[in-house]
Amino acid sequence: MQTLRRHDRYRKFKSAGMSVLTVVCALIVVLPLGLVLAHLVREGIGAINWAFVTQLPKPVGEVGGGMANAIVGTFTLLGIAMTVGAPVGLLGGIYLSEYGAERLNVWIRFGADILNGVPSIVWGMAAYALVVVPMKGFSAWSGGLALGFIMIPLVLRTTEEVLVLVPNAYREAALALGLPRWKIVTHIVLRTGLTGVVTGVLLALGRVAGETAPLLFTAFGNRFWSHHLSEPIAALPLQIFTYAISPYDDWHRQAWAGALVLVFLAFLFSTGVRLFFADRKKSPAS
Amino acid sequence: MLMALNERLPATPNVGRPAPAGSPVPAAEITFDVRNLSVFYGANEAVKGATLQINARGVTAIIGPSGCGKSTFLRMLNRMHELTPGARHTGAILLKGEDLYARDVDATLVRRRVGMVFQKSNPFPTMSIEDNVLAGLRLNGLRDRAFLQQRLEEALRAAALWDEVKDRLKRPGTSLSGGQQQRLCIARALAPEPEVLLMDEPCSALDPIATAKIEELIQQLRERYTVVIVTHNMQQASRVSDRTAFFYLGRLVEYASTRDIFTSPSDPQTESYVSGRFG
Repeated sequence: MQTLRRHDRYRKFKSAGMSVLTVVCALIVVLPLGLVLAHLVREGIGAINWAFVTQLPKPVGEVGGGMANAIVGTFTLLGIAMTVGAPVGLLGGIYLSEYGAERLNVWIRFGADILNGVPSIVWGMAAYALVVVPMKGFSAWSGGLALGFIMIPLVLRTTEEVLVLVPNAYREAALALGLPRWKIVTHIVLRTGLTGVVTGVLLALGRVAGETAPLLFTAFGNRFWSHHLSEPIAALPLQIFTYAISPYDDWHRQAWAGALVLVFLAFLFSTGVRLFFADRKKSPAS
Repeated sequence: MLMALNERLPATPNVGRPAPAGSPVPAAEITFDVRNLSVFYGANEAVKGATLQINARGVTAIIGPSGCGKSTFLRMLNRMHELTPGARHTGAILLKGEDLYARDVDATLVRRRVGMVFQKSNPFPTMSIEDNVLAGLRLNGLRDRAFLQQRLEEALRAAALWDEVKDRLKRPGTSLSGGQQQRLCIARALAPEPEVLLMDEPCSALDPIATAKIEELIQQLRERYTVVIVTHNMQQASRVSDRTAFFYLGRLVEYASTRDIFTSPSDPQTESYVSGRFG
């Protein structure tokens, strides 16, 4: 009896210990996020003002100015990236989920997972070789393409994962109605998984929005408005990089502000969609 | 009205070609003529040499214990079985004299003629009640609004659902109760005017009241459609069907009028099954 009670106490002690350990580990995940965000807000909020989001960078030595061109540039690059990455990733994901033979699928998935692990600067090199060298100059095209490359495997895998979750019962019901395969994919399967697919694309966009390395020798960055997609173009991460390693205090402040804007954009991508879709689901008639 | 649909649907040529030469021309009232049908999943033979004829109009029930091949048999009738990896078959199935599995027959077109209702109701979750019913027509390219409206009401009435949903046709199909959802699926299957309605244990997920409603509905459908229903509920088979086929271990053991199957079966296996001694 005595030993049993002692054993019982030991067991409860172990259980409590493990619970505490898991909580601590969970906090370790969240804590850095909180710290980084807090620091970012503290350092960056002071430099954010109307001029920051509407004006071009001022010449070195002149205080003030903003990153308007970099903000617009980032959206331009994301636009190009999405045109490249979303269709390829989406169609590939549809193939994996709806058409692919399992033996081939294994290799495609394997390939996509390898691509997901390729360092982003390698994609910059690929875009450099494919676009910058033949066009003999840095350009928005090349930067967007590099980001688009990164998006492809991300979108492909999330699309597949989302579509596989669409219950087979709906495909069967549609097949039994005598609908052709492609209509079933577009009108039944994709529509059922639409929220997830769109979320996947936007998360991928949020992910590449912050990529710096692939833009270093593709988009290259500049301090003015770009008038053409075949010219170098500014981007927030590039501007932050340039400003952060500069010796000027005013640039440092602006780099913080830029980082804050960038994080805010990524945040917008990942939560905005979910709120939008959550809202749509609630309304009965949609 | 009935004939109008096939003319409106784009590209609906006559399915299949006439039965192979030498075979007797089937009488007009035979819908399915199944000849020595064996069905396989890989090496596993799920249906073993079944031969039977299913009459036009009226209800044919397929009964038997789990794993006897009755669902596989049903899914052969609208070419759904072939979607299963490793599926193959020998023998032939003629639908009104045309070989369903002839090389030049498009399975999609077969499925437009042979509608199906599944065990679990599966209305499309993104669609309203109306869109669900009209899915088979709209997604096959039908645009005539007056015609679609007419089919919507007809199909919902045929499925005995019109009065319950006529004021909320734009609500999601999934907002209905379980029994209503199953009747919605029946309406969806009826809207394209199939010649046959297959039902794969349509009541097994429903409560007794909803089941009674579906059974009543089947009684009404028998006048216009050929209904083939798979059920493992023998009472249900005896209540709704005119003819009953009993499958056991992949073999068609007995096929006769429902009354004969339940009162004077000729095979001892049938007798022990219908009297509840196994299964």
